Amino acid sequence: MYHLNSVTKIYTRRGQTVTALDDTTLEIPDNDFVAVIGPSGSGKTTLLSVLGGMLAPTTGQVLLGGESLYDLPIEDRTALRGTKIGFVFQSFNLIPWLTACENVQIPLVLAGESADRQRTRALEMLDRVGLADRTDHRPAELSQGQQQRVALARTLANDPQVILADEPTGNLDSETREQVMAYLTEFHQDGRTIVMVTHDPATAAYANRTIRLDSGVAKSIGNPKAA
Amino acid sequence: MTLRSLIWKELWQRPTPMLTSLLAVTLGVTALVAIQNITVFSERKIAGDMESLGANVLVLPPSITLQDYYAADMHGQTMPEEYVTRLALARMPGVQNLAPKLCVEASVDTIPVTLTGILPRSEFQAKSAWQGIGLITNAVGSDRGCCPTATSLGGDDDPSSLATTRSIQDLGEHELILGADLATQLGAGVGDELNMLGADFQVLSVLPATGTIDDGRVFAHLHTVQRLSESGPVVNVIEIMACCEDAAGSLITDLATELPETRIVTIAQVVETQVAVNGLMSRLSWVFFSILLLVGGASIASVMYANVTERRKEIGTLMALGASRRFVTRMFLGKATLLGVAGGIGGFLVGTVLASVLGPQLLGVSVRPMPGLLAIGIVTATLVAVAASFLPARRAAGLDPCLVFNDT
Ligand SMILES: Nc1ncnc2c1ncn2[C@@H]1O[C@H](COP(=O)(O)OP(=O)(O)OP(=O)(O)O)[C@@H](O)[C@H]1O
Ligand SMILES: [Mg+2]
Repeated sequence: MYHLNSVTKIYTRRGQTVTALDDTTLEIPDNDFVAVIGPSGSGKTTLLSVLGGMLAPTTGQVLLGGESLYDLPIEDRTALRGTKIGFVFQSFNLIPWLTACENVQIPLVLAGESADRQRTRALEMLDRVGLADRTDHRPAELSQGQQQRVALARTLANDPQVILADEPTGNLDSETREQVMAYLTEFHQDGRTIVMVTHDPATAAYANRTIRLDSGVAKSIGNPKAA
Repeated sequence: MTLRSLIWKELWQRPTPMLTSLLAVTLGVTALVAIQNITVFSERKIAGDMESLGANVLVLPPSITLQDYYAADMHGQTMPEEYVTRLALARMPGVQNLAPKLCVEASVDTIPVTLTGILPRSEFQAKSAWQGIGLITNAVGSDRGCCPTATSLGGDDDPSSLATTRSIQDLGEHELILGADLATQLGAGVGDELNMLGADFQVLSVLPATGTIDDGRVFAHLHTVQRLSESGPVVNVIEIMACCEDAAGSLITDLATELPETRIVTIAQVVETQVAVNGLMSRLSWVFFSILLLVGGASIASVMYANVTERRKEIGTLMALGASRRFVTRMFLGKATLLGVAGGIGGFLVGTVLASVLGPQLLGVSVRPMPGLLAIGIVTATLVAVAASFLPARRAAGLDPCLVFNDT
């Protein structure tokens, strides 16, 4: 799915440079489930942004399905996020002035789906994450776990091949954390590729394998499930 | 859900700052619509007055400046009634009728009214001295070179002729003629008894509505008004019904020679003054409009910038989910368009209501909505709102989607 070729990302801010990714070469095959761990500031979010087509690396190449992501015009990369890549965030990033159902509809609005199809698909996705009875609630009227499930439904709405998750369970208690991880595992079993950043070893254990980032340097630390 | 419903929902989540920022633009459209509306209709009315009025020359006390023809006698300054006689005796060519007036404040059942004393034509004919000089017909002057007017054509003894020809054949010492509005206000009709300035009057007739301040007046015999108000034999104004071409020609010089201690004004002059005032108002309204639009544009721009900052995370999320820069730009410009159209329509409605309330009160002009102003209002308000939102929209579209990962 992904192939990273000597990817380096250097931030320059007010004369200071920070090497967030340091000559990273990485292969993420189709239907992989990777956990990315590492200390704060080690470049985990930077890696996800690069994978999501939102942050051009300073040097190196990022191939998605054989296509060089950063050789595409910005509009095409944006469109790719709409069709191939789904995101899950630590703070859910739901739109507060839209209902659960409308939030799930957003990727479908952007894809230009008809109103009927939008609603049918959104209700289907909310049903899948067990929120069929909360479709007209605003985010503020939902629990944290429910909000993250709405976000999962939104991610799934246009059936992406890749899901990029940045600490998806970071704001959740242990019970809802398990629930969310169970859904992510399901999505993986559907055939999707998942890259998930996490601090928590228990969460990382849901993945096929773990990559450890240290000051921008990636080290594969094997497959905990196989171990 | 569509882009439009997305804009709509975003707007209504916190509408106050947006609607407040719209205030100046709305006010600009309001000012333009109200003033334009009034000036346009007052110009039409002046044009109409020119045609319908018999009286086209006014003789006034010398210190008067004149703004509104209909209020020409409401200034409180007087001159001797004897001038009327002098004019009648001078037999100037072109003079068809003389209408002296004296206005005093009075009240009926505590309702304040303007009591206007007028001289019926029968009064001229009754004076033997005048009969001697050939005033048997109702024309007061010479018939040389006269064009026909309503006065000379109509042998009309109908009291309501006062509304159009400014003169009346007969009016008794204790008779009254009521303006249409005043009659409604007093609830009085023909034959009713009214008490004014300590005397009892009988309503002779009610004038048809003219849309002028005459509608709010009450007319009585000049000499009765003089006696009751203890003002002596004076008048405020002498209206002269003259032939059009004579009024423009030698008549004015003749009048000035005959009555050097007065001020002679032609309707044309009055109309010119009013048209000039209207022109000034109209230009001023464009100035107000431009200033308010500039202020409105600035306030929309600042609120839009704040809006973009406030929605940073939501914009980033939309972009992460595949929203293009174009989509984000359209979201903000779409919102600006919505606000502009709302401001244009709102301003038009308020301005039209304002004009239809103020027009009759301030200038005696009744107005109707002008759809052309609606179009101007909507188009300019929208242009201003969109132009003001252009840079904020660009800033929104230029946001870095990576900000979605930052937890705040
Ligand atoms: N926009 C930016 N400009 C400058 N430096 C940045 C920027 N974003 C990140 N960095 C720096 O790059 C390094 C890696 O940041 P990154 O956000 O990828 O870390 P992280 O592993 O996600 O940390 P955390 O676990 O705290 O989320 C950090 O040192 C950070 O200060
Ligand atoms: Mg991070």
